[in-house]
Amino acid sequence: MLFEVTLSGVTLGGMYALVAMGLTLQYGVARIMNLSYGELLIAAAFAAFWFYSGLAVSPLIGLIVVPPLAFALSYAIYRILLQPLVRRAKTRDALEVDSILATFGLLFVIQGVMLALFGGAYFSYSFLSVPLKIAGATVAANRLLALLLAVVIGLGLYFGLTRTRIGTAVRAVAVDPVAAQLVAIDVRTASALAFALGGALVAAAGVLVSMFLTFNANLGVVFTLKALVVVIMGGVGNLLGALIAGLILGLVENYVAVFVDPGLTLAATYAIFLIVLLVRPQGILGRSSR
Amino acid sequence: MIGLGLRLLSATAAAALAFALPATAQDKVKIGYAISKTGPNAGGASITQIPNYEMWVKDVMAKGGLKVGDKRLPIEVIEYDDRSNSEEAVRAVERLITQDKVDLLFPPWGTGLNLAVGPVFNKHGYPQLAFSAVTDRAPELAKRWPNSFWLLGTSKQYVDALTGLLKKMRDEGKISANIAMISISDGFGIDLSQAARKGFTDAGFKLAYDKSYPIGTQDLSPLIGEAQRSGADTFVAFSYPPDTMALTEQAKVASYAPKVMFLGVGVGFPMYPQRFGANVEGIMSLGGWSKDNAATQGYAKKHEEMFKRGPDRWGSQIGYASLQMLEQAIERAGKLDRAAIIKELQSGTFDTVLGKVKLVDNMMQDNFWLIGQWQDGFFVGLAPQRAGVGTPVVPKPAWKN
Repeated sequence: MLFEVTLSGVTLGGMYALVAMGLTLQYGVARIMNLSYGELLIAAAFAAFWFYSGLAVSPLIGLIVVPPLAFALSYAIYRILLQPLVRRAKTRDALEVDSILATFGLLFVIQGVMLALFGGAYFSYSFLSVPLKIAGATVAANRLLALLLAVVIGLGLYFGLTRTRIGTAVRAVAVDPVAAQLVAIDVRTASALAFALGGALVAAAGVLVSMFLTFNANLGVVFTLKALVVVIMGGVGNLLGALIAGLILGLVENYVAVFVDPGLTLAATYAIFLIVLLVRPQGILGRSSR
Repeated sequence: MIGLGLRLLSATAAAALAFALPATAQDKVKIGYAISKTGPNAGGASITQIPNYEMWVKDVMAKGGLKVGDKRLPIEVIEYDDRSNSEEAVRAVERLITQDKVDLLFPPWGTGLNLAVGPVFNKHGYPQLAFSAVTDRAPELAKRWPNSFWLLGTSKQYVDALTGLLKKMRDEGKISANIAMISISDGFGIDLSQAARKGFTDAGFKLAYDKSYPIGTQDLSPLIGEAQRSGADTFVAFSYPPDTMALTEQAKVASYAPKVMFLGVGVGFPMYPQRFGANVEGIMSLGGWSKDNAATQGYAKKHEEMFKRGPDRWGSQIGYASLQMLEQAIERAGKLDRAAIIKELQSGTFDTVLGKVKLVDNMMQDNFWLIGQWQDGFFVGLAPQRAGVGTPVVPKPAWKN
């Protein structure tokens, strides 16, 4: 039983991590506190739904098609909507405030488009909802897929960021965008890439999540909030931190649900969050800035 | 979308337009409503409620307008988004009454918002035909606000009906006396689980597992696991649509097939059989549908044609019936006199898709199904005992992959 609960906790945590990794890139590197983040996730979920029930195409194809589209869209959003803010912001804090306001507006635009296209009703479909037995415990294949993808993306991007030239440049921008320019790093391009990559990640998360969660056009904020908790817990801009924080939250939620009381899962989540903020305000793997 | 109807989402735009339109003598009927187009209530509102409003207006317009006296008047609709927020709903309803000067109001979605706007409807004397609110306070509210009608019943009614069915199954030796129950810790779940806790134990059942979970829980497999381990034959969940979906899916993945599986809101939604196909067989929930009622079948068909999806098998038909009642009450009153309309609603007998309806103390009697079950792709009503009642299928068939 302990193993079964652990397994389901890990898959839930994997989903949280997957949902949060894009935001950690957008917020950590591009310094854009993207409030419309969850809306993009839901938009991707709708796209997957449409692929599945409209075109009768597997959502796995959606997983290949949707993230590049989201990458392009996010890149365009950054270049057109956010770069003017970056250019005129005098400090990071000013940029953060401006980006919150701009993306708050964007939230309603994306939500409005989805409401116009799909209405407010709930949507869901069944895909890969088959039981897999792992050492006697049962887990749904679609949730396991989300976990595996979270681990692959997390580790892949981690190595990409630490072992490649572009990755190093992106990390340099995350640490200090002004100093990064001194070593001939194109900060604007690196930021735009990070933001767009974040968009692609959240779209991948949206496609995966749509396979097992029921969603509607209004659900974006739920994911933005969860992602924000994970990002801040893990350390802003740190992909491995997001992975670890997500897993911790998933495990805690499910342990509490089984061994304490399912009514206390939310309280437990925020208690953990609070403890992390008190003990390590920079996040589990975050470096203290300034 | 609605022929002559005006659809306004922005408050300012509506206010500006209300000014621009000169107040003329009764050459049209203004109907206003505030409903959750965004926020957590939007999912329920756009499945059970908004389609009814649009369909009824279209139907009335197709007849040439709403019959008031010897004339048929066109309907003008003013719609606001209450953003699932009770203060916003109250403000919007007040604005509809005082600024837009609507002749009639439709109710908002859900128990909470209907209770919130109740005093405003009452103060200005507008009939409030609440058909998406379940509250044990309904009889008391109907007394306090005689203009309010509570058409979806009380939690106790549902629990009594469910307990009655379970008791019969237990007495026939089909199920054990153990029940595993979970509920969402929000209005609906709290109300129904409280009533059920009492109802079940009074009837000699034992709650082998009884827990609530917070709204927005994204993994319900731990609860399914615990319910499974409790060894109870009956699984009851007072859940919201996203959870109802997740519970069904996770029960299937865990091969958890209790003899009786009762789930909350969403089982009657068109997407439910769409998603789970033959696996919905035997699943019970609130609501139900009559097999032999041509009027509701026709309603479902029309609904499907107009919105490309069927109605909710719980509240939708009651909602449409309530609008038919309003229409007939206006026709009989002969004028847009709200006091007369309320009086007619209280005492008249109406011809609706549900059949003949006569309210007693502003509430429906045995006009609709409290508990239903999916049988051969049809959500059959099992309780109360009335014409066309189905026989429960126990045990629920095993999951198919």
